[in-house]
Amino acid sequence: MADETTTTAPQAATGETPTRPEGGQRPEGGQRPDGPRGPRPGGRPGGGPGGPREGGRKFFRRKKVCKFCVEKIDSINYKDVRLLSQFVAEAGKIVPRRLTGVCTPHQRRLADAIKQARNIALLPFASR
Amino acid sequence: MRTYELMFILRPDMVEEDQDKLVSTLESQIQAAGGTVKSVERMGKRRLAYMVRNFQDGIYVLLTLEGEGGMVKEIERRLRVNEPVIKFLTVRVDEEQKRMAKIKAIRDTKVRGKGTRAAAAAAEAIATPEPLTPAPAPETTEAPTGA
Repeated sequence: MADETTTTAPQAATGETPTRPEGGQRPEGGQRPDGPRGPRPGGRPGGGPGGPREGGRKFFRRKKVCKFCVEKIDSINYKDVRLLSQFVAEAGKIVPRRLTGVCTPHQRRLADAIKQARNIALLPFASR
Repeated sequence: MRTYELMFILRPDMVEEDQDKLVSTLESQIQAAGGTVKSVERMGKRRLAYMVRNFQDGIYVLLTLEGEGGMVKEIERRLRVNEPVIKFLTVRVDEEQKRMAKIKAIRDTKVRGKGTRAAAAAAEAIATPEPLTPAPAPETTEAPTGA
């Protein structure tokens, strides 16, 4: 029995043999390679608003906006420590954009500015 | 000509005149290397975020330079051997300034009046010189068809 279950897994991955004698284990008949493996991806919308373990909520908990897009701050300079320190955690780490709501291009520039500021000792690499 | 921002940190136990002397020597070295100093800004003594060479504070100086890439290499080499300078950072800013100027120009035309013909023409006039437009080509092709 044990070797039967191990041989079904690689064949499920390839999904090539529709005519298999033990069809009772996979009702799809071999056309769906991801049938026996893992949950369906439709139950986790948007990558998980509060985490996929929440039970699969269909809507975001809170629509966060990018601070730089809203206030139209164009240049993120390494010199303005006050602005940069809003996006730096207690331990000196850069806060991920899913928590701050910053859009991707601004997050990239922000990360570059924070790294420049760290190099010139305006921000710490790691504190506490 | 590229524009750079050079920020460096001096030892906190430096006297004013030594700082001035160092900055002016640096300026003359920049001139000799073929660049120009646009501005010098003393940001004063600040607490460093971490210990650098057993110092907890430092005197920050910001220079805005204009020059070629080779000049920066030379200046950084001199800063590295210079004893009172404990840290430096050179950032190239001309691309960023160009981008900012463009955004500012577009925003200025938008603010003055939405949909005014003059404003739209001004925005286009800023945008079009950048890509090389093959201006003579259409005129030569149209001549035989017109005749």
